[in-house]
Amino acid sequence: MGRLFAVEIVYRGIFQKTLAKHITRAIVLAAHREGKPGISFGRYGDSPERNGIPAKAFAIVATDDITLEEGMAKYEPKEVDVSVNLDDTMCKGVESWAWYGLQPINRLVKPNGTLIITSREEPEKLIAMCHRKETPYKLAIVKGIPSFSGLWVFKDDHTDVRVLGAIARALPDLFTIESLKQMILDDGENPLKATSAQRSYDRLQTVTVKPNQGNPEKPYEFELLKWTEMRDGITIPSIAQGHTMTDPVTGKTGGFQPERNTTFKKYSTRTMRPVLNFDTCIKCTLCWLQCPDSCFDVTPEGFYDANMDSCCGCGVCEAVCPVANCVTMVNEIGFSDNASQWEMWRKDKDGYIAWLKNTIEHHPVRSHGFRYRGQYEEQVPEALAAADGD
Amino acid sequence: MTPTAVAESPKGTEQTALITGSEAIAVACKLADVDVITGYPIRPYDTVIQYIAQLISNGEMDCEYIVAEGEHSQFEVVKHASTVGARVFCGSSGVGWMYAFECLTVTPALRVPMVVMVGNRALDDPGAFGVEHNDALAVRDLGWQLVWVDNAQEALDTALIAYRVAEDRRIFLPCAISCDGAFLTHSQALVKIPAQEKVNAFLPRYDRGDLLLHPDNPITVAPQANEDWLMEIRRQTAAAMDRSMGVIREAYKDYEKIIGRGYGNPFFEEYMTDDAEVVLVGMGTLSTPCKVAIRKMRQEGKKVGLVRVRWFRPFAAEDLAKSLSRFKAVGVIDRDFSLGSPYSSGVLATEVRAALYASAKRPPLVGFICGLGGREVLVQDVEKIAGIVYDAAAGKPQPLTHWIGVRE
Repeated sequence: MGRLFAVEIVYRGIFQKTLAKHITRAIVLAAHREGKPGISFGRYGDSPERNGIPAKAFAIVATDDITLEEGMAKYEPKEVDVSVNLDDTMCKGVESWAWYGLQPINRLVKPNGTLIITSREEPEKLIAMCHRKETPYKLAIVKGIPSFSGLWVFKDDHTDVRVLGAIARALPDLFTIESLKQMILDDGENPLKATSAQRSYDRLQTVTVKPNQGNPEKPYEFELLKWTEMRDGITIPSIAQGHTMTDPVTGKTGGFQPERNTTFKKYSTRTMRPVLNFDTCIKCTLCWLQCPDSCFDVTPEGFYDANMDSCCGCGVCEAVCPVANCVTMVNEIGFSDNASQWEMWRKDKDGYIAWLKNTIEHHPVRSHGFRYRGQYEEQVPEALAAADGD
Repeated sequence: MTPTAVAESPKGTEQTALITGSEAIAVACKLADVDVITGYPIRPYDTVIQYIAQLISNGEMDCEYIVAEGEHSQFEVVKHASTVGARVFCGSSGVGWMYAFECLTVTPALRVPMVVMVGNRALDDPGAFGVEHNDALAVRDLGWQLVWVDNAQEALDTALIAYRVAEDRRIFLPCAISCDGAFLTHSQALVKIPAQEKVNAFLPRYDRGDLLLHPDNPITVAPQANEDWLMEIRRQTAAAMDRSMGVIREAYKDYEKIIGRGYGNPFFEEYMTDDAEVVLVGMGTLSTPCKVAIRKMRQEGKKVGLVRVRWFRPFAAEDLAKSLSRFKAVGVIDRDFSLGSPYSSGVLATEVRAALYASAKRPPLVGFICGLGGREVLVQDVEKIAGIVYDAAAGKPQPLTHWIGVRE
């Protein structure tokens, strides 16, 4: 038996599909230059994707064909040498279209393997977001704004080659930086991309994450039933209707909170979340009506509180809100929990307004949204400059 | 034939009518008080909806009768009606049945106890009206219960039994009753119609129970599922099909007890097999020329018997293998074909051969493709077939599949 290498790319559905595929293909092609066979594939169960839903692509490489076949015999790798997280908000865990429950982002990383994250954040913050692991692993950051584009348009901001340069550094036995650069040049790509790969390789710094570091929470799980335990006729009980809400200060009940799916929560789809200014809300109902995920709870006094267990972060509420700055979408990286904003506001209105102001000011960067032709061409120099300056 | 042909007799007693196989099934629908029926015309199955329409217009039957714009909708409508608790009836023939195929695949998995009649017809092309069994057989792997009948009386009785079996909570699987085009769908025979009270005693109301789609029982039916669920769903459907044999046996027993007409072994009929040296196996109305030929051959000293398979799904493999292993050779006559199958056999021959494989004693088995597209199966054809089966019994080497009655 030779050596088997596995790399996992965790990406945001639709927005990063092309990026993830570029990276897994390049891994196989770079390793192939060194005589190693490999395959690249997406996780079939993730398809069809939805905007932002966590999804996975893989590259498997081996030192020989027989060893490669050992890796191919599995539907997907059970553990990986390197896991790449293309959007730092997924450090909170991922729930896919394809499986049940929330998976820690570092779940498949082998002991002493490497988790590479594209982020502008510092390691301490990202480590705190990732679930604790029983074995130590390395964390490496490719500095920059997570790269988001569309299904049909690709934003060539060099994130692909920068991640590949980082992989060459973390796992040189898979492919060397020389092989990677040669492949980029031979493929007729922009020679600057080879430079970007080299720069990322040179600058990569890793820290070791110990077993006692990280989010101690146990991610929610779901147990699959046996065939004898399942209802027949492909029927499932409907989600119950819902119930009133209780004001945390007065104890008054009223409004309406719908029951929600406990086995598929969807919130790890979110890359930004709405923050709500209840003081300016005119109770027009538009956010509640238009939310495609029915995520708004109706409070006893008739406000609309976006429930963070079911918000996918699409931004429709912000778009339809007729009041300026009443609903503001903010990058998800700035939040550490799914707590109710309305409860926070009820308990301490001044404190809430201060929090709201601070939250909006300090995390204004949004990661997705293609709004006009030429937008990516404008963003690329900015992204490259940010990468250059790290 | 009009309902006036039903001989007048006192209420609560059996009546006799001169009706076709299709009409016999229509009468069964009336007796079963079916709630929703959808129709879309295609020969030869259309005979059943014509007669049902007549029963409704004469005020003898009360149901929702919906003429769909095609077979796909026709089967979808009754599928949904069944999920809200309606007893349903549907049917088709040949390529009409195939046009409904998407609905045919979802029906067993959703555990919808739809009862349908397939007026067996050759699949296009060429456009032909005559009988072939490939239409109904196309769903053989999907969880449909499939039964073939060979006379109008059996059509009526089997339709009532089909409702009882399909709607049993242990089963909840659809059932298709196959009637050979022309030979059964268009031939009138004297049929005894059981009294309504007796049918009521035999056939309980359809109770969808916990699977009922109703505001008081909020459920989601057929959500999208991935590989984490699909095998368990298939396993459930398989378990229901495995339970079907026992429920069929119970139903035939009760039918005999309450209605007064019995069929012995529900799964296959044996004719002159007690002392037979070789037997023929087939489904549907080819039993008639087989029986005539067998009587003729017996006068010539050839001890030939017939095993007519009724229930193709569930397939009574163990019973059939036990029965067939008694003989020196077996000839399976298929009114269908399975191109490229093992030994280029018909579907029934392939299944019977598979059923025999687990037997300690496996007689030689020869397959015959015969009577396709409604071609007459002649008594001489059956004699020729029996001759080949005798050759097989004697160990004479020969092909494992023969086409009989084809010009060459």
